[in-house]
Amino acid sequence: MKKYYNFRLLGDKVSFLVNRKALITFLFLAAAAAGVFVMSTGTGEMKISPLKVVQVFFGGGSDMEKLIIQSFRLPRIIVALMVGMALAAAGGILQGIIRNPLASPDIIGITGGASVAVVGFLAFFSDKNNALTVSINWMPLAAFAGAAILAFLVYFLAYKDGVSPIRLVLIGIGLASLTKALTTLMMVFGPIYQASQANIWITGTVYGSNWDNVAILVPWTLVFLVLAFVLSRNVNIQELGDDIAMGVGSTVQKYRFLLLMVSTALIGGAVAFGGGIGFVGLMAPHMARRMVGSAFGALLPASALIGGILVMAADLIGRTLFSPLEIPAGVFTASIGAPYFIYLLFKTRNA
Amino acid sequence: MTAGQAIATKDLTLSYGDTIIINELDLEIPKGEITVFIGGNGCGKSTLLRSIARLLKPKSGAVLLEGEAVAKLSTKDVARKMAILPQSPLAPEGLTVLQLVKQGRYPYQTWLKQWSTEDELKVRNALKATEMEELKDRTVDSLSGGQRQRAWIAMTLAQDTDTILLDEPTTYLDMTHQIEILDLLFELNEKEQRTIIMVLHDLNLACRYAHNIVAIKDQKVFAQGKPEHVINCGLVKNVFGMECEVTIDPLFGTPLCIPYGKGRCILKGQGLQG
Repeated sequence: MKKYYNFRLLGDKVSFLVNRKALITFLFLAAAAAGVFVMSTGTGEMKISPLKVVQVFFGGGSDMEKLIIQSFRLPRIIVALMVGMALAAAGGILQGIIRNPLASPDIIGITGGASVAVVGFLAFFSDKNNALTVSINWMPLAAFAGAAILAFLVYFLAYKDGVSPIRLVLIGIGLASLTKALTTLMMVFGPIYQASQANIWITGTVYGSNWDNVAILVPWTLVFLVLAFVLSRNVNIQELGDDIAMGVGSTVQKYRFLLLMVSTALIGGAVAFGGGIGFVGLMAPHMARRMVGSAFGALLPASALIGGILVMAADLIGRTLFSPLEIPAGVFTASIGAPYFIYLLFKTRNA
Repeated sequence: MTAGQAIATKDLTLSYGDTIIINELDLEIPKGEITVFIGGNGCGKSTLLRSIARLLKPKSGAVLLEGEAVAKLSTKDVARKMAILPQSPLAPEGLTVLQLVKQGRYPYQTWLKQWSTEDELKVRNALKATEMEELKDRTVDSLSGGQRQRAWIAMTLAQDTDTILLDEPTTYLDMTHQIEILDLLFELNEKEQRTIIMVLHDLNLACRYAHNIVAIKDQKVFAQGKPEHVINCGLVKNVFGMECEVTIDPLFGTPLCIPYGKGRCILKGQGLQG
């Protein structure tokens, strides 16, 4: 069996080398994601069979089923899928450009920046009765701004004749600790009600997602996923080190900046609507690497799908396991992620 | 400029911060030959190589590639004429040889054109020249040191350039693999007339494989020319600060340097150091 297919169109103008195993894995993951999507949509207070769910997708089903699926479950599950894909893809990009398997949105502080912004938002815009003085709909914007500001801060503090991967990660870790301290400080000084609200956000949840969120998050995430895919050969070349990348004629600093911005946009969108769901950005690229290898054109889509599956599954567990109590999805991503992280550190202890 | 020069430097000054490494250097490197930079540790030979490959910006002066200033050419154009293999490069975990070698095609690719017929042909030739065809689906991290270095050389070959720069391509290799790699480079030069410029630590191997030796000392070129013309006790003493005898390699007739020093002497009654 051939390991690769040559894909060529228009006399080489469009040409790719397609890894057969990666393609099959990708199709399998896509099917798995669709499966989890349908299963999650059918699961809850009222069980709906997968077949019925699919019927509703195509306009069938009873009014009751339509209402439950379309109004309550779908937006949330779509947001979970997007958040997972975005975090996983961003984690993959960061691990590539930083050339460190432990890089992730949490580690270099981008998620932390969003946390500070959200806790600050809850603190500054609350009155004495703990009611918000502005609409809660501004919170995603605050989260996004926090993530973006922190990413720029990391970049500019790390800048010295361009940005080297090691400076990027060290400055990132430093700022991540700082954001953690600031978040804690604000939570300690704020009222308890606020702290618990902030805490749920920091853990990460897609509870209460609506179609408005979907309308923003879906195009945003898809555009940047496609952009990341287009830039994938630049991730590949940067993974060989700056000398090689410059040697083959890549403008390393330009693409490093671009890739960092793409991952920041993905993370910003994800945390805006999903909160600080942790470990997906670390875990998913590693799982993908085990399945399809480290060529980024294959790694990125595989990683995104794994991330989507993880967050959808974590959300499904979170809203059904202790129903009617809702557990934030971030609890479950972290409870799978934390041991995996330790396992990784353990495995690379001699490296 | 005559047509016979692949690379030239003009008034080239290189520095790290305020420390001058190479000072106002004018150097000409012939086309179609193997040139080897030699010199003591920290003499700036690797720095010079990196700067020729535009990985290091000169403090002043210029590097000329086939008569044109490298700094004025687009980096992709340079990458189609000159490839560089840095010292001990690292491949990410799980990357296969084919995936690595394919990346040598970077300067020819665009967003949509990532695997043209020409790309395929050049990659196949590169794998063939380095005898890596059988190993193309293995991951780079699973290869032995010599195989790994051949994979990296295959990547630079896929770049399809007239000039190839290599920074100590034999570091960390055992003697068999050192010879294997140098033979490979020698053949590339013989068969395809590629200009090869490299830094080597082993003076005797440098003498065997190089058409042209550049000895670097005190921020300058101390001597340049055919090994048989420039390598002698005086040069070694000056460049490396080492006392030695230079004799003739019994197999190749090239200069062979035998250092003085301590060690067991088993020649009866005629100890080298009296």
